[in-house]
Amino acid sequence: MNKLQKAFNNGKAFIPFITVGDPNIEISEELILALENSGADLIELGIPFSDPTAEGPTIMEASKRALDKGITTDDIFNLVARVRKKSSVALAFMTYANVIFSYGIERFAQKAASLEIDAIILPDVPYEEKDEFYIPFKKYDIDVIAMITPTSNERVNKIAKEATGFVYCVSSLGVTGTRNTISLDISGLINQVKTVNPNIPCAIGFGISNKEQAIKMAKISDGVIIGSAIVKLIEKYKMNCVPYISEFAKEIKEGIRDIK
Amino acid sequence: MNRGHFGVHGGQYVAETLMNAVIELEQAYNKYKNDDQFNKELTYLLNEYAGRPSLLYYAEKMSKELNGAKIYLKREDLNHTGAHKINNVLGQCLLAKRMGKTRVIAETGAGQHGVATATVAALMGLECEIFMGQEDIERQALNVYKMKLLGAKVVSVKTGTATLKDAVSQTMREWTSRISDTHYVLGSVMGPHPFPTIVRDFQAVISKEIKEQCLAKEGRLPDAILACVGGGSNAIGAFYNFIEDKDVRLIGLEAAGLGVDTDRTAATISVGKLGIFHGMKSYFCQNEYGQIAPVYSISAGLDYPGIGPEHAHLKDIGRAEYYPITDNEAVEAFEYLSKTEGIIPAIESAHALAYAIKIAPTMDRDKIIVVNLSGRGDKDCVQIARYRGETINE
Ligand SMILES: Cc1ncc(COP(=O)(O)O)c(C=O)c1O
Repeated sequence: MNKLQKAFNNGKAFIPFITVGDPNIEISEELILALENSGADLIELGIPFSDPTAEGPTIMEASKRALDKGITTDDIFNLVARVRKKSSVALAFMTYANVIFSYGIERFAQKAASLEIDAIILPDVPYEEKDEFYIPFKKYDIDVIAMITPTSNERVNKIAKEATGFVYCVSSLGVTGTRNTISLDISGLINQVKTVNPNIPCAIGFGISNKEQAIKMAKISDGVIIGSAIVKLIEKYKMNCVPYISEFAKEIKEGIRDIK
Repeated sequence: MNRGHFGVHGGQYVAETLMNAVIELEQAYNKYKNDDQFNKELTYLLNEYAGRPSLLYYAEKMSKELNGAKIYLKREDLNHTGAHKINNVLGQCLLAKRMGKTRVIAETGAGQHGVATATVAALMGLECEIFMGQEDIERQALNVYKMKLLGAKVVSVKTGTATLKDAVSQTMREWTSRISDTHYVLGSVMGPHPFPTIVRDFQAVISKEIKEQCLAKEGRLPDAILACVGGGSNAIGAFYNFIEDKDVRLIGLEAAGLGVDTDRTAATISVGKLGIFHGMKSYFCQNEYGQIAPVYSISAGLDYPGIGPEHAHLKDIGRAEYYPITDNEAVEAFEYLSKTEGIIPAIESAHALAYAIKIAPTMDRDKIIVVNLSGRGDKDCVQIARYRGETINE
């Protein structure tokens, strides 16, 4: 069993997201370890991009704060190398096509493999363009995660059929960001995935902001992804954010672990 | 499979949420592009509303003064709303209506595309929202007022560099959150397929007319066509019907800002490299880690860090040439045309004029240059005055 499969083997999975470098690289390192200790099953590390078109204001601003500090892709690789001395938690990079393309897709994949990165999430690379990334990453046993959304409709079948690792189900229209209500029919979407690809785990993300929503989403999926709510806490508490994030993470994981 | 590739460029690098929207658009476009009724309506609007065909004017005084090639100006500045942008907007809004959309959104840099979109939305009874960088809102106050007057809502974009690229990003975000009733009227030959193809086809009327007009006036094709390049829509429109005519030089002029050896530039072909951004693979101004560079030009309409994928391809295969023009060269050309021909050009178009002023004297007098005068310069007067140290109290 690889690490990604294990991440979905500990009850419902909790998948937090942080923008690496916000508030700074040292705190990001502490956050990764704290999230692991608080029950995170897979951690999404956002490599900031100057123009994140799928992101709402919270993550957009976090990306800007990180880039304004001069953080680079290589700084992030160095950070993961340090983390890997202490932790084997499953890790995914979330970034934009150009960050990887400009690094050299193959070179990036090789580097990521050496750091035991398990998955890559690229919101601006849809099914139609995936081979350019999917094939080189597959060579290094890294899954490029497929995304489906409430507007995917008949596309779900072909996307789900070829998905590996897990399927990222976008719970709402629009960009990332916390929302008060999540009203779209996500369980229908997930059923459709499972019909085509029965063993693939499905995690729900975009808009989940608290334990109640997480529980609701965990009931219909295999895991929940929480980004903006965490990034907001980081923004609020800055250098002192680690204990607040730990507490939030524990609450979520405890809330969803045993949901059936 | 055709996903709008021009050599290695193009493609559809957008969020899954938008995929069905761009597929729906492509299907609608394929359905209507050869539809007689659709084309009849579009031609009617282009002729009766926008004022086409636009003139191909022989700039005799300028040609004589420069003592070289004959210079013709393709007067897109005389279109309704004062730029080439209306050609594309009429086509896309008509398409949006056919698709049953009731609301259009658009990005704008100089404000010309925003004004054109607000205009056609008013005409066709579409709800309209324009996204504009805060920086551009300040440099193009008159156009902001016009858009509001026309009934559009203008949304200030304060993220990033608060210019055109951020307006594009924000319009994409807006589209992602509301696609069922909304069409994104993209303003240039960029973004995900099918936009570069659709916008090019709607702008190709420019080169179709140039060809007919030049043949009628001169009995032959021009030797060179010059156009400024932001995203590249007026340029591809002016080039398109000449691509197969290998003896016609196609020359795109990009905004060098303070110079291509400074970091205050927007000259993508000169300083950019291959990348993926705003839905397409093409050349982009970026740093070594793929972060999109903050670009600069005196011209809000050329202040964009990328270039349309078809231009990138024309560059790769050597069919078109691209050169940088600085702020200062463009301002001088802006003043020159005003004084010499009594035509105030858009500062964007002045980039193309600046190159004509450079090369015309080096060419024989029987050679013909066509400069695509993509827009008129009323919108730029306050800013150019300021550039020259003069303050205009409006
Ligand atoms: C008059 C004029 N010319 C040119 C441009 C640049 O756009 P494009 O390169 O798509 O023609 C603009 C954009 O706002 C414009 O207003």
